[in-house]
Amino acid sequence: MDQHAPAPTRTEAALAGTPPDRLPGALARAWDSDFLWSFRHSPVAIVSSLVAVAMILAAVLAPWISPQNPFDPAQLDLMDGLTPPMTPNEISQRIFILGTDPQGRDMYSAILYGSRVSLLVGFASVIFSMAIGITLGLAAGYLGGRTEALIMRIADIQLSFPAILVALLVFGIFRGVVPPAQQEQATLWVLIVAIGLSNWAQYARTVRATTMVEKSKVYVDAARLIGLKSFVIMVKHVLPNVTGPVLVIATINLALAIIEEATLSFLGVGMPPTQPSLGTLIRIGQQFLFSGELWILASPALALILLALSINLLGDWLRDVLNPRLR
Amino acid sequence: MSPPASAAPYVTVRDLRRVFDVSKPWLNRMLEGGEKQFLTAVDDISFEIARGETFALVGESGSGKSTVARMVVGLLPPTAGEVTITGISMSSAAASAERQRMRRRIQMIFQDPYASLNPRWRVDRIVAEPIRAFDLIKEERAIVARVGELLTLVGLHPDDGKKYPHEFSGGQRQRIAIARALASNAEFIVCDEPTSALDVSVQAQILNLMRDLQDRLGLTYLFISHNLAVVRHMATRIGVMYLGRIVEISGGHELFAAPKHPYTRMLLDAVPDLGMTGKQRVPVQGEIPNPIDPPSGCTFNPRCPYANDRCRRETPPLNEGVACHAVHERRIDIPRAA
Amino acid sequence: MTQPVLSVRDLRVEFVTRRGVLKAIDGVSFDIAPGEVLGVVGESGAGKSVTGSAVIGLIDPPGRIAGGEVWLSEQRIDNLSPEEMRRIRGKRIGMIFQDPLTSLNPLYRVGEQLVETIQTHTDLSAAAARRRAIELLTEVGIPAPERRIDGYPHEFSGGMRQRVVIALALCAEPELIIADEPTTALDVSVQAQIISLLQRLGREHGTAIMLVTHDMGVIAETADRVAVMYAGRIAEIGPVQDVVQNPLHPYARGLMGAIPTLAQDASRLVQIPGSMPRLSAIPPGCPFNPRCPHAWDRCRIDRPEPIQHGAHKVACHLYDLNDPTAEAHKVLTHPPAEEGVPA
Repeated sequence: MDQHAPAPTRTEAALAGTPPDRLPGALARAWDSDFLWSFRHSPVAIVSSLVAVAMILAAVLAPWISPQNPFDPAQLDLMDGLTPPMTPNEISQRIFILGTDPQGRDMYSAILYGSRVSLLVGFASVIFSMAIGITLGLAAGYLGGRTEALIMRIADIQLSFPAILVALLVFGIFRGVVPPAQQEQATLWVLIVAIGLSNWAQYARTVRATTMVEKSKVYVDAARLIGLKSFVIMVKHVLPNVTGPVLVIATINLALAIIEEATLSFLGVGMPPTQPSLGTLIRIGQQFLFSGELWILASPALALILLALSINLLGDWLRDVLNPRLR
Repeated sequence: MSPPASAAPYVTVRDLRRVFDVSKPWLNRMLEGGEKQFLTAVDDISFEIARGETFALVGESGSGKSTVARMVVGLLPPTAGEVTITGISMSSAAASAERQRMRRRIQMIFQDPYASLNPRWRVDRIVAEPIRAFDLIKEERAIVARVGELLTLVGLHPDDGKKYPHEFSGGQRQRIAIARALASNAEFIVCDEPTSALDVSVQAQILNLMRDLQDRLGLTYLFISHNLAVVRHMATRIGVMYLGRIVEISGGHELFAAPKHPYTRMLLDAVPDLGMTGKQRVPVQGEIPNPIDPPSGCTFNPRCPYANDRCRRETPPLNEGVACHAVHERRIDIPRAA
Repeated sequence: MTQPVLSVRDLRVEFVTRRGVLKAIDGVSFDIAPGEVLGVVGESGAGKSVTGSAVIGLIDPPGRIAGGEVWLSEQRIDNLSPEEMRRIRGKRIGMIFQDPLTSLNPLYRVGEQLVETIQTHTDLSAAAARRRAIELLTEVGIPAPERRIDGYPHEFSGGMRQRVVIALALCAEPELIIADEPTTALDVSVQAQIISLLQRLGREHGTAIMLVTHDMGVIAETADRVAVMYAGRIAEIGPVQDVVQNPLHPYARGLMGAIPTLAQDASRLVQIPGSMPRLSAIPPGCPFNPRCPHAWDRCRIDRPEPIQHGAHKVACHLYDLNDPTAEAHKVLTHPPAEEGVPA
């Protein structure tokens, strides 16, 4: 290869549909893999991943990119209260892209900070339910017998309740047990546990089914022949082969978990107004629904829709790619 | 024919039996009033394999040949009977250190080369797994060298270790599986239909490779197949199975030259074969009965032209290498080996 | 010579993928006469099943027939609309597949399916169609057909199911039957029964049969003529006995030698090095040249066309009488490098 020729940029290469010449072997192969190829050829996947990544980045970088810290009273000015979006405030002449709430809090900043909370709860609860679901699903699928029957019946019971009900139940127990003084601090963790606990069964079911398929393949027999213990075979051989479907569920569940968190917060059992998530912001906003300050409701609601929709579409695309037979 | 009398047999299988519970789930049985159902997949099978020979079990689907293979390597516990390898019982419940040491001497090659290699592992890791599991080589560099040596031995390149299984064809994957089987310095390899998923030209490559390896390394094979021509090509001795029993056991050449059991004769007559082009033959009658509800007496009696009342009543014992009343009573002429 | 039932001329089938156009079938021509069984044999990837699917117009996208003609008796059928083609399938072309369960609806009695098919293609009354169905079941060797006709597919054994499928394929008295691996899923003792059944029916009804299989033994016993396919082309076609006993094409020779037979205990099978090329990497010239012990420069550039040689047609430069150098290459000067265990 000629070392001096100007390398085509990734965008150029993507437009031309050929892998960029400069990429080292492994990367070039990945670029040409079926997975990335179908990504490059799916406008839905590209747009939704761009939106999702942008929103996640914005949330992570909120402290550096937001115009103000919505939780620092020193930065809030009551005089800025209820400024409509993109209109200069009558007194301070300041412009807020998404307007302000009655406390003069910049909605744009509040949404950035709010989606931080929403995403944290979403990711953490997905990881939590994934951990439970994969462990139980692997155990059920690999060990079979009574272990399987027990785990799967619990999963059935869990699935027969709506997720939100399970989360509410966990929350109710939390309120009853933990002294009110400590409740506010712990809410975030309880939300994660509550949402996580309401979603593990799906993972367990899928992982169990995939595990049973993989277990019947003879590479597992080959591993048994060299005397490996069941646990080692489960972790080293079976687990890497069940990750595909899990990834799909995790992505779609991330969107669902974010919505679930928003629902709980909207109902008032989630994040408190001192640490608002998108759901809390919507709950606050709905008080202004009929008084004309529609932006206080609309902007966090739109942000939530955009976030959940983009992640969900990404999950749908992922499912189609990893499971061509479902198409 | 008996194994060479010079040494004790390498593998001894005594009265091996395996029953599967094929009942419907408990709840269904309660509601629908069905009884428990059992399938005797393998019924009182005994044979011996001498060191360095290839013993083949041949039979159609449902004959139980693969179940025997899985019991011999220890993947499936027998319902009754015993497998002894170099005098060490492999099926006793107690885990002995001797048995553990024996384990690495026994490996298996499977039918489906697409399912026998973990798709997420690189080939070098797959081949090195037995070495690591049995702790045969400590030093990482020496493991790499050994894996390269094994890949060369089976006709691949050491650099192929860096690839994933999906980058190989079926025949190459079977080579990788053979390399893995040899990685633990196995002496005895159970081959369960090792070429039936492969194309004929690839099958020839693998069969030749297996023979070469046997010559070089002194391997002992238990070779399971439904393909009589392949078995003839590979085996020194052959057991013919029908519905869980060995109906005939004899030397490879002898079996084809002078088949005794009516089923063996029928099978030899039925196989579509290259050598039979332009010749007519008598078509075979009937199909294999349901193994859940096998015929009484000799299980072959409904399809056997020589069956009489005794055949329908009594199960014939394996005597002089054949389990058939008609042969024992000299009701059928026994062809003499050419 | 009688008018062939099926005549395939320079058929080409392509699969359009993102990595380029793959030529699954590249210039295949053959005829099948009435009552004749043509065996199409090849290893996986040779294009034998695709040929069968192309004849009956069942190539699904991204595949397409890219050229050539398919004639059924006097009618050209490769350019028919899917609707017209559907009418021809079942009526004029019967089909038998590897798994009998794909051709039988598990929810209907065997008789219902037979009667329905008969009534679609003839104007028999229901009672007459049922009588015809029983006749057919008798003909394919199903015992007690009057009783079994009211059974469901799952009540039949594998061999009996395949017989029902054959009866189904015979319903409309087709001119041509395409049988794709009809015995592969069956036990050896049953295979022989199905083979002799196919043979007998073809002869009695004058039906042409295209028998697609990887099993050379089945072809050897059933077919009148055989086409050996390699990488989407016919390497050699000729009377079955000639091709089996005296193959000309180096691939066919290797293939016959690679098959273990009951007749001899060869200590070592003939081994063709390497494997069939992937469709995306078919070498130029003769597709077999990298594996061929006879290959010379010409084979690497010039694609061999089928040459009549005795009763065979063989696509190999060795048999090109116009090439004065060909004869010299028939002698093996450089035996192929042995793959496998180094000496």
